[in-house]
Amino acid sequence: MEVAAVLARVREAFPDAAVDADAEARDPYVQVVPRAVPEVLKFLRDGADLRYDFLMAVTGVDLLGLADPPVFRVLYHLYSYTHRHTLVVRADVPRDQPVLPSVASLYPTATWHEREAWDLLGIRFEGHPDPRRILLPEEWQGHPLRKDWVEGETALGYSTRRTTLMDLLRGAAGPAKGE
Amino acid sequence: MTDMDETLPRTMVEPVEEDGEMVLNMGPHHPSTHGVIRLILRMDGEVIREAVPDIGYLHRGIEKVAEKAGWAGFMPYTDRVDYLGAMFVNHAYARVVERLLGIEVPPRAEYLRVLADELNRIASHLICLGSITMDLGAYTPFLHGIREREKINDLFEEWCGARLTYNYMRVGGVSFDLPAGLRPKILDFLDGFEVFIDEFNRLITWNEIFVKRCAGIGVIPPDLAVGYGLVGPNLRASGVDFDLRRDQPYAAYPDLEFEVPVGKGYAGRVGDTFDRFYVRILEMQQSARIIRQVLRRLPLGPILGKVPKKIKPEKGAEAHARIESARGDLFIYAMADGTENPWRLRVRTGSFNALSILGALAPGMMVADLVAFFASLDVIAPETDR
Repeated sequence: MEVAAVLARVREAFPDAAVDADAEARDPYVQVVPRAVPEVLKFLRDGADLRYDFLMAVTGVDLLGLADPPVFRVLYHLYSYTHRHTLVVRADVPRDQPVLPSVASLYPTATWHEREAWDLLGIRFEGHPDPRRILLPEEWQGHPLRKDWVEGETALGYSTRRTTLMDLLRGAAGPAKGE
Repeated sequence: MTDMDETLPRTMVEPVEEDGEMVLNMGPHHPSTHGVIRLILRMDGEVIREAVPDIGYLHRGIEKVAEKAGWAGFMPYTDRVDYLGAMFVNHAYARVVERLLGIEVPPRAEYLRVLADELNRIASHLICLGSITMDLGAYTPFLHGIREREKINDLFEEWCGARLTYNYMRVGGVSFDLPAGLRPKILDFLDGFEVFIDEFNRLITWNEIFVKRCAGIGVIPPDLAVGYGLVGPNLRASGVDFDLRRDQPYAAYPDLEFEVPVGKGYAGRVGDTFDRFYVRILEMQQSARIIRQVLRRLPLGPILGKVPKKIKPEKGAEAHARIESARGDLFIYAMADGTENPWRLRVRTGSFNALSILGALAPGMMVADLVAFFASLDVIAPETDR
């Protein structure tokens, strides 16, 4: 099915939830309101000539400074093994309240992808079966892929600074001679 | 056992005596976890009741590194995503930037990329197959696999100077042409390699004990494989006939002839551990076939396309690219903000998805079978953690 036709079907089925779509983009996408993500994905997964059965990735993007008001954009890259077509579903959540419903019950693979988005970007997925960090240690503070994240002097008791050769040449660090 | 879930973080391990169950910590340095991966197993005797993978030990924040290193500077870091298949990550990253900038890659470079990918696929599969047998107690086949892989490493060293972290591909092409004299060496290797596969099959593949350890173990039905996002050989072993090289062709693959091996229940059931093992053997044969075709047809011409001095995709441009790596569909998404650094780069690897299915399939398995099952998924820890 042509991607323009797919997008038309989504907009027809979800006149309120599908707020934007572009079939001409490099990666054709449909933008939906966050709360509608599960039903849109279910529609795309189960529709007879849609059958987007493979969720390639759930990707969070921090649009701080690029969008006004600042949002996190969550991208769902979908692929269909049956019909060999691709589509991106995306949703913007406000940066100060980054919550959207989980799709782990639709696509089991999303369980880990959503954990990663929580871990690295701090996006919360409501109804997630196992909402823990996945890559970083449990005691880690903050979400490093956020654009306003600042690396501390130490992390978990280890220094994050390294004396480079240039620092030594400049005499900026290291013990002075004779001391 | 309920109190572990309620009062302790799930990754803390407390031996629990009620109902005779105990919690066993497998890894992070267990020899069968291939790198640093930890599995927390709730056991009833030898039978697993629950398995929780704990990953992240090798997390290097590669996505954050990309934002700091810049579009051009990130290429060497992609090698570190998957140290057994660095060419694939090179290739996927080059492709995503080429899509963003609309760069044409010259045909010779596309063929050289395929050549590098397929040699790397053989090398990676050899390690995978070797370590499956080693985890099941057969050490010799592993050494045979390593010996053949060494030859490929030597070829790569002569070709691009590195044995593991190649940094071979560039945005718009490749960094080195095929050196004079390498072609006969590759052909020599292939001649020996085809004999080797036969030898390997006689040594271990159809060994009765090995078949019994693998057949019918860890059966992944196709719907589960698709749902958990299994890719590459793991997906095909479950009977899903899909290969990006054939079905979403890229590089020089449309010009090349090859078959896509699919699991058929070669010794037990479709999608079992043996199918995942055997599909990889068949894939290596196809790779050898592809390499011969590439060497025969390698077109003349430049190896690098027209690339702007500064790589600066326009603000808001976004694209994704997929590559059939040794561990399956490797997905990279990139978004630009108009500067020399990526605004966001996302790498989703085959190992990450493959490991996520472990928790669903392990319950009811014996520990010894889990080792076989886990090895057959070909999970590479740095690729999972990035």
